[in-house]
Amino acid sequence: MIDIVSLVKRFPGTSRAAVDGLTLSIADGEVCVLIGPSGCGKTTTMRIINRLLEPDGGTVRVGGRSIMDIDPVSLRRSIGYVIQQVGLFPHWTIADNVATVPRLLAWDEAKTTARTDELLTLVGMDPRAYRGRFPRELSGGQKQRVGVARALAADPPVMLMDEPFGALDPITRTRLQDEFLKILCELNKTIVFVTHDIDEAIKMGDRVAILRDGALVQYDTPEKILAAPVDPFVESFVGADRALKRLSLISADDASERLAGALPSGSINAQASLRDALAQMLESGADALAVVDAAARVTGVLTLASIRAHTRLARSADTQAMKT
Amino acid sequence: MLLIEAWQFILANPGRFFGALATHVALSASALALAIAIALPTGVWLAGTRRAALLAIAAANIGRTLPSLAVLALVMPLLGTGFMPSLFALTLLALPPILINSYTAVRQVDPDVIDAARGMGMTRAEVVRKVELPIATPVIFAGIRTAAVQVVSGAVLAAYIGGGGLGDFITAGIAMMALPQLLVGAIPATLLSLGADRLFGGLQRALTPKGL
Repeated sequence: MIDIVSLVKRFPGTSRAAVDGLTLSIADGEVCVLIGPSGCGKTTTMRIINRLLEPDGGTVRVGGRSIMDIDPVSLRRSIGYVIQQVGLFPHWTIADNVATVPRLLAWDEAKTTARTDELLTLVGMDPRAYRGRFPRELSGGQKQRVGVARALAADPPVMLMDEPFGALDPITRTRLQDEFLKILCELNKTIVFVTHDIDEAIKMGDRVAILRDGALVQYDTPEKILAAPVDPFVESFVGADRALKRLSLISADDASERLAGALPSGSINAQASLRDALAQMLESGADALAVVDAAARVTGVLTLASIRAHTRLARSADTQAMKT
Repeated sequence: MLLIEAWQFILANPGRFFGALATHVALSASALALAIAIALPTGVWLAGTRRAALLAIAAANIGRTLPSLAVLALVMPLLGTGFMPSLFALTLLALPPILINSYTAVRQVDPDVIDAARGMGMTRAEVVRKVELPIATPVIFAGIRTAAVQVVSGAVLAAYIGGGGLGDFITAGIAMMALPQLLVGAIPATLLSLGADRLFGGLQRALTPKGL
């Protein structure tokens, strides 16, 4: 869906290129997280995709067409755009804010209104209560909900999101991440997601692109990045606790075994991660938990040994990956 | 007692009084309209540039500190006397507050809001019309309000360079030591100033978008 080849961007007055020969391909319907230390070129790359910045070299294709062949204004109208500070128009109501792109595209008013209400509902804001309110009356989390709805309004196939949840408190951030993942499942969007938070990258990304000094260091699924960092930079970037992070990607259900013998006294939801399961075991002192499904039926048993086996499996995958 | 004499002066000379009042209003309104037409677009345009802006704003700030009488006095040797030179001088007087406020107002619009507007595909003209100007409205109108009050009170001085208006009664009143005649000019001029202030204050409130 998005093909970036040998992209270069220099800012006047700087010796080093902000983006230095970046090549990256993002598949249809995937969430690609761009991550790296500040100055690595992640936001610059994103802003080139909708031509808020003009590239100095290389090509970017969106849906097969070079962005340089598309008028910047119509290109931007076909790409959703969400930023950390939201940037809602303070003099417009919530409904008018969400209707921004449909109105730029001159949709008829009935269709626009229906779409606005549909999107407000989708992001968990009751249209009857919020349609006529103004941005200053909303909390930070609500503003970003509206920001996401506004970006989705004209149903763009591609969305650019620049640290969309970065300014929120941790509880609100987690809730919005979870809800956004749920929304994404239904929508099939190709998303470029910029963040500096590795936990967010692992949680949100189908693939994670780690950038340094304007170039790609590693581009892989979160599992692979955690299991086999290509170099010490990536290893230190993902953190010393990457074994634990890996556990958070595996569900209790995936690691559970058939129940044999006595039923453990503690239990855990099948969708919970191994990380949560481990925490629960450490806390209760148990070395096994019953795995239960949504209907509270026991589907298996999760033991400390099998969690350990999954960690070891990861490590042998590391060495495998190192050899290849 | 003085007030009654002033009133009787008006009743005795209705033609002169209303003529002067009309000139005063025409002079002020035209100067203000001209200044808005010049300074507002310039200020908005300057806000989008970098280099020219600082120079122009510095010039406007100097212009702002010039005394009204000095501006009128400076115009006389160049353009002579009468309505047009007065109009020119008063327009000059009204430019700085409108220019500075328009520039500042647009510059103060949250850059994230403009980034979002551009990122969603607004053209430059749409960003100005739909986002920058509405958000800048209260500050721009504060500038127009200041300019209006300055022009209406400054127009009194037009009498010194033969521009007419209510200032005629004041200068004549001073020259002849005739206090009632002085008040015939001074009181309506003061009321006009206050009225202009109220009018533009009201407009400012009415035109400020609701969400701000």
